[in-house]
Amino acid sequence: MTFNDYLLLFVGMGVVTYLPRALPLVYLAQKKLPQWLIDWLGLIPVAILSALIAPALFVDDTAQRFQLDKPEFLVAIPTLLFALKTRSLGGTVLVGMFLYWLMGQIL
Amino acid sequence: MNKLSSQNRSRTPLQDGATAAWPICMGYIPIGLALGVLAQKASIPWWAVAMMSSLVFAGSAQFICVALIASGASISSIIITTFVVNLRHTLMSSALAVYLNNIRPRFLWLFAYGITDESFAVNMTRFRNGQWDRWRALTVNHLANSTWVVATVSGSLIGQFVPQGAFGIDYALYGMFICLLVFQLQGRIYIFTGLIAALMSVVWALWIPGDSYIVGASVCAATCGYLMMRRYRRQK
Repeated sequence: MTFNDYLLLFVGMGVVTYLPRALPLVYLAQKKLPQWLIDWLGLIPVAILSALIAPALFVDDTAQRFQLDKPEFLVAIPTLLFALKTRSLGGTVLVGMFLYWLMGQIL
Repeated sequence: MNKLSSQNRSRTPLQDGATAAWPICMGYIPIGLALGVLAQKASIPWWAVAMMSSLVFAGSAQFICVALIASGASISSIIITTFVVNLRHTLMSSALAVYLNNIRPRFLWLFAYGITDESFAVNMTRFRNGQWDRWRALTVNHLANSTWVVATVSGSLIGQFVPQGAFGIDYALYGMFICLLVFQLQGRIYIFTGLIAALMSVVWALWIPGDSYIVGASVCAATCGYLMMRRYRRQK
C-alpha cells in the first residue's frame, strides 16, 4: 500500500472511531438528562466491566468453548480477593501480574 | 479544579492523572508491542503504525485492521468493520456525559478522542467518587494515548526481540479491570447487574461470533438492574 492508501484508510477508521465517542458526549452534555437515564447510565460501568472481563476469563477464544480452568480465571480469584480486601488499584495490578507469571512458570 | 482545591488538594492534575493512568499504560505496553510486531510481519511500515495509533487509537480495531490488511481486504471493508467494533464507545461516551454536563463543546471534542475501554473505566470510577475533574480525566486519556503510540511503534521496530509474556505483564489490564469492577460494586443492585452482565456476556460470546456481546450484555444487564432499582424504590 502507498502512503496515500494508508492515509485514506486511517483517516476513515479515525472518523468512524471518533464520531461514536464524540457525538453522544457533546450532545448529551448540553442537555439536562432525565433521572431514569442517569440511573440507567450509572449502571453501565459495572455492566461493561463485567461484560469485558467475563468472556476473557471463561471463554476459550480459539475453540469458542466454555471453560472453568483458564489460567486467566484461576488467577482472577486471588486477584479479586486482593482487590476486595485492599481496594488498591496499583497493588491489584501487580499481584495479578505476579500470579499470572507464577502460573506460567508452574504450568 | 476550583472544586478540588477547596477540598484541600495540592496535587496537580498532571500528578493525579499520571497516578490514575499508570495501570493503563502498563497494560498497553505488551499489547502495543504485540500489535507492532504483527504489523511488521504484515509488512506495514513503522510510520504507518504511528499514523494508525494516533489517528485511530482503538486497540481491538487496530488488531483487526492489521489482520485484514494482511489478508488483502479492501479499505472500505476495514473501515466498516472498525465502525462496528467501536460502536460500544457510544455507551461509554453517554455515561461520561453525566459528569461532563455543561462543559464547553470545544473541550468535549478534544476529550472524546481519548475515550477507550480502559480510560472510561478509570475515569468513571474516579468521577463517581467525586475526587475527579475533567482536566485530570483528560490527562489520563492523553497519557494512555501517548503510551499506546510509543508502544505500537516500538513493537514494529524492536518488538520481535521482546520475550513473550515477560513478567506476567499480559495480565496488567485484567488486573486493572478486576479492581475497577470491585470499586463499582456499591450495593446489591450493582452486584446483581454485574452478575447478569457476566452471565449474559459469556453466553452471548459463546453463541454469537464477534464482540457484540460487550454492548449487548451491558445494555441488557443495566436495564435489568434499573428495573430492579425501580421496584425497590416503589416498595419503600
